Amino acid sequence: MQLKKKKEKLLEWLFLFFAFLSNILLVGIIIILFKESLPLFKEIKVLDFLLGRHWYPTYDPAEFGILPLILGSLWVTIGSLLVAVPLGLGAAIYISEIASTSLKEILKPVVEVLAGIPSVVLGFFGMVVIAPFLQEVFKLPTGLNALNGSILLGIMAIPTITSISEDCLSSVPRGFKEASYALGANRWETMIKVTVPAAFSGISSAVILGMGRAIGETMTVLMVAGGSAVIPHSFLQPVRTMTATIAAEMGETAIGSEHYYALFGIAVVLFILTLIFNIIADLVAQRFRKRIV
Amino acid sequence: MQKSKLVFFLCLLTVIGCARDKAGTGITVAGSTSVQPFADKWAEVYMDEHPDQVVNIQGGGSSAGIQAAKSGACNIGTSSRELKPDEKDLTEIVVARDGLAIIVHTSNRIDNLTIEQVKGIFTGKIRNWREIGGNDKLITVVTREEGSGTRGAFQELVMKKDRVAKSAIVQDSNGTVREIVAGDPNAIGYISLGLVNNKVRALKLNGVPATDENIISKKYKLVRPFLFVTKGEPTPVCREFIDFVQSAEGQKLVSEEGLIPVK
Repeated sequence: MQLKKKKEKLLEWLFLFFAFLSNILLVGIIIILFKESLPLFKEIKVLDFLLGRHWYPTYDPAEFGILPLILGSLWVTIGSLLVAVPLGLGAAIYISEIASTSLKEILKPVVEVLAGIPSVVLGFFGMVVIAPFLQEVFKLPTGLNALNGSILLGIMAIPTITSISEDCLSSVPRGFKEASYALGANRWETMIKVTVPAAFSGISSAVILGMGRAIGETMTVLMVAGGSAVIPHSFLQPVRTMTATIAAEMGETAIGSEHYYALFGIAVVLFILTLIFNIIADLVAQRFRKRIV
Repeated sequence: MQKSKLVFFLCLLTVIGCARDKAGTGITVAGSTSVQPFADKWAEVYMDEHPDQVVNIQGGGSSAGIQAAKSGACNIGTSSRELKPDEKDLTEIVVARDGLAIIVHTSNRIDNLTIEQVKGIFTGKIRNWREIGGNDKLITVVTREEGSGTRGAFQELVMKKDRVAKSAIVQDSNGTVREIVAGDPNAIGYISLGLVNNKVRALKLNGVPATDENIISKKYKLVRPFLFVTKGEPTPVCREFIDFVQSAEGQKLVSEEGLIPVK
């Protein structure tokens, strides 16, 4: 008996350690990100860094303007949502509201398998299949552009959006729908005016989580978005994201150089942006939950 | 039952740990991704002849390799560009030379450019192939990422003080640059001459084809050194490997793999 209690206590401590481990790691990462980016801001003003239009970190004189990179990231992220939200949400509505049980059992796992495709494989697909296709269709100088990146990021965000939205749609209480039918609404009206609004908090969190996935994705955009550090004004031109810049240049930069600190600076900006997305996702989810209940 | 599993797992960890330890006692060569495939070849042959030696070859990039040699994280750093003034405190050994090829799609009508024209294309002054006698198509410029040794060498040899246009497509390896140029009739890029294959075509520069003979006779201008760098004098173990690389046998591997021997 005594032994069992001791064992339980031990396990409790162990799990406490696990619970705090991820917090400690997170704090550690934040500290390192900020610490490693600080030396840059002794040389350059924060605003010049954030709003500068030229990224030439290894030239003389070097320029560290990341505005094209920030906009590049946002650009492909917005593009990916234009692809992923209609497709992902449509799939979720079909699976949850229309598909028969047997079809549902096939569809949902298949969509989730899509999430398991390594991003480098998708990137390769984008490079050898989608890029020549886009180049041909739009008569472009190159198929490696924001549109290509958006399509692939959209494909990657679909499983997140479909899976979470479907869960939320399925958990809308049966009574809501029955009440709607009882009032004479047909199936379409019930779906659009009752079920989807009732699941709206979940759906919006799903979209924002999908967005987080897209903005943080690295390998695919590095391979297919073209990588030109210019301010985007069209989906048919090459763009560069923050993640791709860090991935491509970190390996080749000397530790302790301004370029190195600037890459950490980009990481801080990226971190803050994703944090903002997550906070918004949380607030939206809470707000709508209150309204429904 | 549970306990025995745990013991087994711990044993496994110990075994893995020891195995790693053993592999760690050799020479570590890290740096330029352009040098890496050739260094792999040297290491392979060297280890065949010296079974007691272990040579680890790692990538990471020229600047990272130089930095690692400085900090002692690796024994030998490799670089595919000349050292910068603030890196000159390291001992440098030229192990091979490599031509930089300006490559285009095989269907491109252009077959010769001047260095000035190449510079014009990469700065963005020349935007259409028509301006230099080609088809009426916009030029897709493909460059390497900032910090890359190949880009550093290209910058030094062609661009000098001017910047590569921001609108250029950026790829992070010789292989992907070649892949894009091979798939795009309007593209131009630059890669290591040793890695040019039949999917792309290397242009003549100022009328001189990019061949080994022209590099040796110094007619072809885009040549960069492949360097081994060490902090201070190389240790005896490293010296032995470097001697092998510089020996007739090591240099023969260099030319077999498409580089230019130093001797």
